[in-house]
Amino acid sequence: MIKTIDEIQNEVIEEFALLTEWMDKYNYLIELGRSIPLIDSKLKNEDHLIRGCQSRVWLEARFEDDKIFFTGDSDAIITKGIAALLIRVMSGHTPEEILNTELFFISEIGLKENLSPTRSNGMTAMLRQMKYYALAYQAKNKPNHAD
Amino acid sequence: MSDFQVTQIRKDFPVLQQEVNGKPLVYFDNGATAQKPEVVIRCMDELYRTQYAPIHRSVNWLSDQMTTRYENARETVRKHLDAYSTNEIIFTNGTTSSINLLAASFGRVFIRPGDEIILSVMEHHSNIVPWQMVRDQYGAVLKIIPISDEGELDMEAYEGLLNEKTRIVAVSHVSNTLGTVNPVKEIVRLAHEADVPVLLDGAQAIPHQRADVTDLDCDFYAFSGHKVYGPTGIGVLYGKEKWLEKLPPWQGGGEMINRVTFEKTTFNELPFKFEAGTMPFTEAVGLATALDYVNGLGLNRIIAYEEELVDYGMRALSALEQVKIFGRATQKVPVFSFLVGDIHQYDTGMVLDKLGIAVRTGSHCTMPLMDRLGITGTVRASLSFYNTTDEIDVLVTGLKQVIQMFS
Repeated sequence: MIKTIDEIQNEVIEEFALLTEWMDKYNYLIELGRSIPLIDSKLKNEDHLIRGCQSRVWLEARFEDDKIFFTGDSDAIITKGIAALLIRVMSGHTPEEILNTELFFISEIGLKENLSPTRSNGMTAMLRQMKYYALAYQAKNKPNHAD
Repeated sequence: MSDFQVTQIRKDFPVLQQEVNGKPLVYFDNGATAQKPEVVIRCMDELYRTQYAPIHRSVNWLSDQMTTRYENARETVRKHLDAYSTNEIIFTNGTTSSINLLAASFGRVFIRPGDEIILSVMEHHSNIVPWQMVRDQYGAVLKIIPISDEGELDMEAYEGLLNEKTRIVAVSHVSNTLGTVNPVKEIVRLAHEADVPVLLDGAQAIPHQRADVTDLDCDFYAFSGHKVYGPTGIGVLYGKEKWLEKLPPWQGGGEMINRVTFEKTTFNELPFKFEAGTMPFTEAVGLATALDYVNGLGLNRIIAYEEELVDYGMRALSALEQVKIFGRATQKVPVFSFLVGDIHQYDTGMVLDKLGIAVRTGSHCTMPLMDRLGITGTVRASLSFYNTTDEIDVLVTGLKQVIQMFS
């Protein structure tokens, strides 16, 4: 049974509930970064670079069986962990699911400050890019009813 | 040790009396903006409560009071810079707007196709982009002074760049990223031998160094109020009167005019011809109060104490094997740019933040300098006279934790 996005979010919240100190949270993010579905090094180019980050973040999406699968990387380790977390939540779902998702886990696990647009770690930009990919695949996949 | 009473002085800054993440705040982001002493905060509060009114034009008692305060502020700035006349002190919104004003105005009169403008590789984007705009508009050429690996200007190369096509030299007094104090007096002397005026970007020098325009003999000097413990939104462009007389106004609007008809406008006298629209006049008074505060502490004592911070900081950071410092100039202010091993500057900054240490990470608006150094950014700890050697120790302990986390 494939988990829904919300089920994965709750899973993440439970994991982070055990980590009360920021140190532990950061260490866990560092660990998560190690398991990120890595983007093909050939795709680490300008086309896949996300703007608006202090560190460099690359994100790529492919469409398979009506679902979107993300890969990514970053040259900063905590940012890489954040990317890994977003990919874990969003990857393997349909464009509709991704577009309709409200990410509630971020504030729940105490990373909200990292999502603030004033923090240029690119979390907001990553999320926006994921939704763009979803929008693009949705448009490509759907027959055009406009005419 | 100097007789600088830092513990006492810290009490003048309310912001410093707090904790971040349960740790005492260590504010090392002064290069970006400095904290405000109680006197400046009170001054702004008092102005808004008792004297706030439009300056210069209105016929009422309150306006006269406010105008006097504003013009007194100009005199305070004149004195601080040791300028010849208050006609030479133009209030602006900050260093960036000072340089934009000068570049746009100077460019219109003095820059022709093929003319050359000399900058240095360590300039802040605010002292690059306005000149690029001039270059693109008038077909000029930018010439760049290189630096050594220690982060000092190559003065021989500079001398070689000066020629009959050079129209202006625009360099920083102090580098915001490296902390280098440039030999600006010598830069001015050499430029003047070639009959070329010099703009000094004093944004980073003004809190740390004497900015005596008569002694330096520079033609223009730009700085921001907020970096010298004053409010945001106020800055200064100093210009020698002989130059300012020749420059046309930049922005048009109120106050800067003498008479307007739809056919023709005649402009006001110096310094008003460059001050269009409602000026940040309360902020100007706040800036003057900040300068009075700094002079009350004594610039010589500040400089002596900050030299101790430089020595202590350089030694403490160098003692960490993994730390690579960028900017090892002989003459420098307490600005430490560094990287820790191959740990990304952003990772370092995020962990230090959790430890209550406020630093800045990234390119510090000096991307050409980052290219020269072959890096994408640094961690920058920029200190002020209210920082202490104990705080440097806190940073060093924090960096040890960073090293542990990411190795």
